[in-house]
Amino acid sequence: MDQLQLAEVVERYLKGEMDPQEKQAFEEMRRNHPELDQTVVEYHHFLEEMERYGEVRRFKSNLYDTHHTLQEAGEIRELQLKPSTRIINMWNKYRRVVAVAASIAGITALFISGMLSLFTPKTPFRDIEELRRKVSNLEKQSSNQRAEINKFRNKIDPSADIRYGGTSFLIDAKGYLVTSAHVLKGAKQVFVQSNEGNDLLAEIVVQDPNSDLAVLKINDEDFKSPRQLPYGFSKGSTDLSEQVYTLGYPRDEIVYNEGYLSAKTGLDGDTMACQITITANPGNSGGPVLNKNGEVIGILNARQASANGVVFATKSKNIFRLIEELNDSDKDLSIKVKQGSSIKGVNRNQQVKKVQDHVYMVKVVLG
Amino acid sequence: MANTDQELAVLKAIGNNEKAAIEAVYKENFSLIQHFVVSNNGSEDDARDVFQEAMMVLYEKSKSPDFELTCQIKTYLYSVSRRLWLKKLQQSRRIESQVENFDRVVPVEEDLEEHEKLNQQYLIMRTAMGKIGEPCKSLIEAFYVHRKNMHEIAGYFGYTNADNAKNQKYKCLVRLKKLFFAQYKNA
Repeated sequence: MDQLQLAEVVERYLKGEMDPQEKQAFEEMRRNHPELDQTVVEYHHFLEEMERYGEVRRFKSNLYDTHHTLQEAGEIRELQLKPSTRIINMWNKYRRVVAVAASIAGITALFISGMLSLFTPKTPFRDIEELRRKVSNLEKQSSNQRAEINKFRNKIDPSADIRYGGTSFLIDAKGYLVTSAHVLKGAKQVFVQSNEGNDLLAEIVVQDPNSDLAVLKINDEDFKSPRQLPYGFSKGSTDLSEQVYTLGYPRDEIVYNEGYLSAKTGLDGDTMACQITITANPGNSGGPVLNKNGEVIGILNARQASANGVVFATKSKNIFRLIEELNDSDKDLSIKVKQGSSIKGVNRNQQVKKVQDHVYMVKVVLG
Repeated sequence: MANTDQELAVLKAIGNNEKAAIEAVYKENFSLIQHFVVSNNGSEDDARDVFQEAMMVLYEKSKSPDFELTCQIKTYLYSVSRRLWLKKLQQSRRIESQVENFDRVVPVEEDLEEHEKLNQQYLIMRTAMGKIGEPCKSLIEAFYVHRKNMHEIAGYFGYTNADNAKNQKYKCLVRLKKLFFAQYKNA
């Protein structure tokens, strides 16, 4: 019997799924083969632990959901301590840090003012400005060349069976992306393509069929992680009729669309999702849904076949939950989901310009 | 003080991981513990973590066959949370002033030791799961955590039929078992 068969037989035995005859034969074998007996004992312990692990995870996720539901309903809220105690607490906690920061700030200020007086240019400012423009022109040219070269250096095996899955976007500048789980169905290998057209190798960190979310990690030396993401993620709920927009790859190029939130729940009253009226096509799956403040309120995942323009999105609070579970399940991970958006109040044009660099096309190599 | 029938029913429901009961107990007790943690040098997140861990202890207790609670749920959760938070404060030496004294605390040391043991086991499995890689991790989670059947799993992960998915599941299980026992011996 090989390992796999053994695993199956032992599991059936432990779950009581054997008929009496088979069970008798198996117990006979256990008596005669001490090493088999040992394996069964091991499996018993392991499967029990596995079941308990599942139970604990389900309970934890229930606790997490409950906290959010109650918070949203206003049943529990952050405590308003008397300001004085709060400030004293903070002072006690951080006074060391404050002292160090203050001294560093002092030294830096002295240093900078010294440097400034040393290097203040005698030439007029205009020349410098022009020079700078020349340098940036040069930089632009060379980056164009780089893009050209990259086009020829094709990483994906041309004979591979590729499906242009959908859209994904950065959740943490370290190279973590979020997308719809169904986009990755049957994937053997995943590449993401940036707005500039570079293919980057990515690996699947987690797929959660329940919320239809997945997390990818870009594992490619060509990936330059941005200093910070312009958009944040919204934890709260969005109001009906609120304007939203999305960016995605229904075709080879990034496409912008706008619409509004038309219902607070998804198909059949699914509370994990919401309904948006927007133009979306296959390939938009996994794209971000942003509100006017540049906060991600959801991830596009499905469209109702029978109605035009009706699209469903997974609410972004599910991302927080998934990431929390993920960070919790692996000590080495510390994915941070940013809440505040730094493009609040910026006009739509500029917002899109900033956001689009962090939206990637997902290419799935089928296994 | 013995539990009322109503409290016993709630405890049983908690042991069965029933959402309505969890929500009721959460709503009833969270702010007390939140107040305790936040007014003793803790943050909002600390309060949530401490309370959820106390709920976990209550859950484990309600599941055990020889289960009994000799006080009200409220007192129990408060006692556990208080113990957990004081321990954490001592560890991080954030404790500077005496924690304000509250009445009605029951001894919970034994329960917390038991919880610590169970938590160690959980962490061992969690570490093993963290090492197994994809698609095994998602596949095993779909089966054991999200309780999907083999048919759904096959459709989801793109296997041609349930038997293929099952085969893959056993492959993953054999690997996970190895990782689990390797961790176990290290611990």
